Amino acid sequence: MSSLEEALRSKLSELLGSKLAEALEKYGELVLEDVEIEVDELELVLHPGAIVPALKPPVEVRPLKLIETKFEKPKMEWTGKVVEVKLGATKSEGGTRDRVHIVGGETVPAFYMFAEPMPHPPVVAMDVFDMKIRLPKAIKVHFEDVMDDPAEWAKRCVEKFGAEMINLHLVSTDPYIKDTPPSEAAKTVEEVLQAVKVPLCVGGSGDPVKDVEVFKKVADVAEGERIVINSLNLDMKLDDIGPHLKDKDCVVIAFTPMDLDKARELNRKLYDYLPKERIMMDTNIAGIGYGIEYGFTVMERARLAALMGDKELQHPIVAGVTNAWAAREAWIKMDPYWGPKEIRGPIWEAITGLVALLAGADYFMMMHPFSIKTLKEIIDYLGKSPFEIEETPPDWVSAKLG
Amino acid sequence: MPWKAISPIEVYKLLPRTNCKKCGEENCMAFAVRLVNLEVKPEKCTPLVEDPKYRKNYEKLKELLRPMVREIEVRSEKKTVIIGGEYVMFRHEMTYLNPPPIAIDVDDTMDKEELAKRIDIAENFRYEYIGRELTLDLIAVRSVSNDPEQFKKTVRFVSNNSSLPLVLCSLNPDVIKAGLAEVPGGRPLLYAATKDNWREMAELARKHDLPLVVSSPGNLDMLMTLANTLEKYGLSDLALDPGTFVGSKGLSYTLSAFTMLRWRACNEDYRLAGYPLVGTPISVWSSMNGDKQTKAWWEAITAAMLITRYADLLILHSIEGWVLLPLVILRFNIYTDPRKPVAVEPGLRVIGDPDENSPVMVTGNFALTYYIVAGDIEAGKINCYLLVIDTEGLSVESAVPGRKFLPEKVAEVLESSGIAEKVKHRILIIPGKAARLSGDIEDATGWKVMVGPLDSKDIPKFVEEKWRPEVIEELMKE
Repeated sequence: MSSLEEALRSKLSELLGSKLAEALEKYGELVLEDVEIEVDELELVLHPGAIVPALKPPVEVRPLKLIETKFEKPKMEWTGKVVEVKLGATKSEGGTRDRVHIVGGETVPAFYMFAEPMPHPPVVAMDVFDMKIRLPKAIKVHFEDVMDDPAEWAKRCVEKFGAEMINLHLVSTDPYIKDTPPSEAAKTVEEVLQAVKVPLCVGGSGDPVKDVEVFKKVADVAEGERIVINSLNLDMKLDDIGPHLKDKDCVVIAFTPMDLDKARELNRKLYDYLPKERIMMDTNIAGIGYGIEYGFTVMERARLAALMGDKELQHPIVAGVTNAWAAREAWIKMDPYWGPKEIRGPIWEAITGLVALLAGADYFMMMHPFSIKTLKEIIDYLGKSPFEIEETPPDWVSAKLG
Repeated sequence: MPWKAISPIEVYKLLPRTNCKKCGEENCMAFAVRLVNLEVKPEKCTPLVEDPKYRKNYEKLKELLRPMVREIEVRSEKKTVIIGGEYVMFRHEMTYLNPPPIAIDVDDTMDKEELAKRIDIAENFRYEYIGRELTLDLIAVRSVSNDPEQFKKTVRFVSNNSSLPLVLCSLNPDVIKAGLAEVPGGRPLLYAATKDNWREMAELARKHDLPLVVSSPGNLDMLMTLANTLEKYGLSDLALDPGTFVGSKGLSYTLSAFTMLRWRACNEDYRLAGYPLVGTPISVWSSMNGDKQTKAWWEAITAAMLITRYADLLILHSIEGWVLLPLVILRFNIYTDPRKPVAVEPGLRVIGDPDENSPVMVTGNFALTYYIVAGDIEAGKINCYLLVIDTEGLSVESAVPGRKFLPEKVAEVLESSGIAEKVKHRILIIPGKAARLSGDIEDATGWKVMVGPLDSKDIPKFVEEKWRPEVIEELMKE
């Protein structure tokens, strides 16, 4: 009796009880009907000549060697291209900036580095306000001493924290705050242009009437610098402000609140006044826990549509990542388990920025130095070739971790 | 081909069409609609599964509704965790379905105290977010000792002290085998089969019918080779680990690997890529320099990247609240169904201990709006009645111009809540952002309207300044 038979018999005896096993001994063959036998403990390797009476275990041919298989890269075709928008102007271009940035130019979704390299790294800009405003403590500690002086504030951002651009927000022009007149607001812009040499983006107060007046004056004093105007929206008199901004060589941000139809509508209206290469769009982003999924999906859809050929959405995307701080988790005091707000805030902002980056954002407005440092590192890492990696993979499985 | 929505008719034809209601729906058509929306599984139709005459249809239906990414189950005696089961690459194409479970690691050289502490966090982590409890899901037991006996002891300790399903992590099949003996009644996930140990691991997985991770960090050809071989070996509950590399020489690979695999699974129906993807942000701890905080920080970043892009399971080492909190909320957000607004039930909410002179406020039923407003009122220790009206899950800001914040809806809730018997006054405080509807709301309800603040954080101040007897009296006189 082969060892296989022996094993089979002993298993059968275990399964069937001694009576049946005895019968099997006696007759050497037994036909079982309507019986299910579990043979998971039994290794059956069938070879010709083996006697396996009436039992029909599943015959499996298990591979003994690896079956070599290639991973093919995805096949994809994108027909659209995001326009390239140039921000800022150097001396030779009629301005006084020490650098310019180009954003956009994508032909594949964000960081599909296996398909195409990123044409231009996204730009991370830092927010500066033209008056002392309420800020979360974790941010305030970095700027407290310069918050009365936007020029100094901007300098701090560039010199100490490596801001690639400055977003100057003229919030004091709000009729319900200080109602600063446009001419005075324009002076602040001049001061900031003097103080730092990176390209500048200038925002208003959000009042659609006042902003038009403010932006006109701002464009006048910044002529030639190719500043970015933040932002135009559907509530504004675009026929009033549009031509002016065109003459003064400004770039504009078209803002719409998480609505692609509106984004298209606004872009269409702006085409009457401005060349495509001077429009970026802000489809609005919210922080983690505060609607980030809406902002993320609108942004991702906008970019995919652009790459599939929707010409009205082929613009670089702006992400107001500072919105992350609206989340209470970013700034309130919580039970000690959740950690100090000094780290919860920055991680909130950094991750919100990362999510926007993955959706396709090109231009980031941020506040906390550490979140900004992290996002710039992420952009750097993700901009590298995906095929060049550390030779030894990380051994987390068996390592003692700190 | 990417997943295309199926017509309910197509599904209906495969159902018994007896309208037996065993599934809990009124009729087979209603069940078909829920099936194509992926809200229920075909198995809820018991006749379909049990009656041999439907067998063919059942098989057809299963194939029709097959996810592009295989769904696998990991279980403890008490809990089941679903991994994978996704249909689409981009959430707007339909929705993501199964939020990636988060596993917290322990290792077999940790003393009991440390084990207990980590188990406690994995087990009891809770965060209340828009009325849901966000939690962690699994414990990953790693063998650092590489000693089967020691691993066994640790797995026993974890099994005895936790209700969570396990991931058993070691590349040594003997170690895994020893650990398995200590997970009675569970279905742990095995990590992992590699090019060096795949036969032994495959054998363990096959013998015990367990899900198995296939791991080939940095080499996608080998990953597919292993998946293909193990499929042929008869295994179907596989998961793929392409390796989670970080930093300047790796993060780009990681993002590309996850993206390419998911693209091939969802858009090209390449079956070998159609297994759940395992992300291991825990890698940060063995491959990055820096202090603990730096590593925890980058682990959070890496995990957030993989939640956004396609991981179906995450293994983490950090147990710090500030690392886990943004991750569980982000995960919840990204896996929210974009087809449905996140809404709460309309109706009356009583906040604090209001009396007949307390204010009555109105807000919309977008979940976030409701929880923020309610939270602000509570934080200000204000006793009041809050009427939540059906804005179809839109925020007040969008509902007003979108004609979803309707005066008739306010009247409806006013009526059904019986609030008129609870307060003496007849004044509604409406959101500042709905100011332009004040007149219409007064007309529809017969109540006076007070326009509240633009942001709910100012409600306490508003109530303190405006909700005074003389103001109320004045208003009621008009």
